[in-house]
Amino acid sequence: MPSPSAESADEHPAGRADVLVVGAGHGGAQVAIALRQQGFTGSVTIVGEEPYPPYQRPPLSKDYLAGTTSADRLPIRPRSFWENRGVALLTGRRIVAIDPVARTVSAEDGSRLGYGQLVWAAGGRARRLTCPGADLPGIHTIRTRADVDRLAGELTDPARVVVVGGGYIGLEVAAVLTDRVHVTVLEAAGRVLVRVAGEPLSRFYETEHRRRGVDIRLGVTVVGVRGDARGVTGVELACGTVLPCSVVVVGIGIEPESGPMRDAGAAVDNGVLVDGDGRTSIPGVFALGDCAIGPFPGAGGTPVRLESVQAAVDQAVLVACAVTGRARPTRVSPPTFWSDQYDLHLKAVGLALGHDSVVVRGDPADRSFSVVYLRGDTVLALDCVNATKDFAQGRSLVAERAAVDPVALADPSTPLLHLDVAHR
Amino acid sequence: MPKIIVVDREGTQSVLNAPVGLSLMESLRDEGYDDILALCGGCASCATCHVVVGAAWVDVVGPASEEEVDLLESSPYLEPGRSRLSCQIEVVDEHDGLEIRIAPEE
Repeated sequence: MPSPSAESADEHPAGRADVLVVGAGHGGAQVAIALRQQGFTGSVTIVGEEPYPPYQRPPLSKDYLAGTTSADRLPIRPRSFWENRGVALLTGRRIVAIDPVARTVSAEDGSRLGYGQLVWAAGGRARRLTCPGADLPGIHTIRTRADVDRLAGELTDPARVVVVGGGYIGLEVAAVLTDRVHVTVLEAAGRVLVRVAGEPLSRFYETEHRRRGVDIRLGVTVVGVRGDARGVTGVELACGTVLPCSVVVVGIGIEPESGPMRDAGAAVDNGVLVDGDGRTSIPGVFALGDCAIGPFPGAGGTPVRLESVQAAVDQAVLVACAVTGRARPTRVSPPTFWSDQYDLHLKAVGLALGHDSVVVRGDPADRSFSVVYLRGDTVLALDCVNATKDFAQGRSLVAERAAVDPVALADPSTPLLHLDVAHR
Repeated sequence: MPKIIVVDREGTQSVLNAPVGLSLMESLRDEGYDDILALCGGCASCATCHVVVGAAWVDVVGPASEEEVDLLESSPYLEPGRSRLSCQIEVVDEHDGLEIRIAPEE
């Protein structure tokens, strides 16, 4: 197997690609795949900061942390695939600057790469704590394979783990670890999943985690992490309580990676601004995925930033169409998300943003139910827990912006497909 | 290694060498059948790896799970009894000669 440096020397002696993709996540990988699928014959290079070819991040907080998915199952494609498709991979190179006039990018190590068209798919960085002690060893984030490998190495018995943040990442980590170690989850808001889900879902997950021994504390603020050069010893809360622990996992969201784009003059506001095809304000430069904010066709048309594999892949196809001049697909898919915790499979579709009512289909006590988000009587989004049928059928309601009768909607014995709907 | 006969969305037939122990989706994806998006990586969350199993092979491959059926049911290309998510088919020696067709994109 050739080393990354050998690949770069062999395949790109000139250090220039017709399409240069910065970022080796799902979105970046899919741009390259879609370009070749569409018959693009120019040179394509993916440059990534991490030492690995493009790999899947969703398992990191789930099966990979649990040890049930090994590293060799993570790659999005094997190396042979990229070689066969004529896609060069440059790994271990962090791009820190873009010169949109010379059409070059510069890496942290000083090396430069030229491009014909640039696709900025650099994702985001895990947000870190800012309180005293935030840099102590023993504080972890979950964004990269290396993050999880480090964390796994520190979970020695009898570790006590404090998870800061009751979002999906924090809860998935708690679900994996609670069998092995004592886990406390700290959430600043009055319920978990406050940014992404309605209250019925939050309360359901709080109950499930507590039932399995996770200590969930709501409405608490972290003011400091205690410890020394050997590691952390505790997390201090605003109320004065100190929770003893040997490991801290911080899951408080990501910062979109947009610095080099902003410095290059691109419009940036909590992400790189793009149009519906992924074009940034800089000619010849596209952006997509976690770091891009735009009026994506499947997400209702208002500019949003989506942290969704499915959305990143759809955006990649649009960017590839814009590069090759092909007509964009007519199919419009609302964004989907999933989360696995214990034996609970959550599948979600749509964006609840702007909803004014919530309907629960089924009884959460049965551990199979859906939370439906409505504006008026229009279905905006669904969170489906062990309710795959609702997810599959609800996708079309969301895509069609269907208007439904909330009373019929609340009856789980009526399949979503059988609801009388009016389309908006 | 079992050989799988694959018909892609263009109608082109080819032979896939599928290692035992991996899912059929992983082999299709890794060997460059780009029609297989496999967004969720194999956790039965997306239905972008839908295949239709040759009629003669249905008993060998086995039925779809309830969760698969729930995902596949709303596909316009569902072929009852023959539609499967390829991520939920673990390749075994008995699959040598298996015929599948990649379902159209939804």
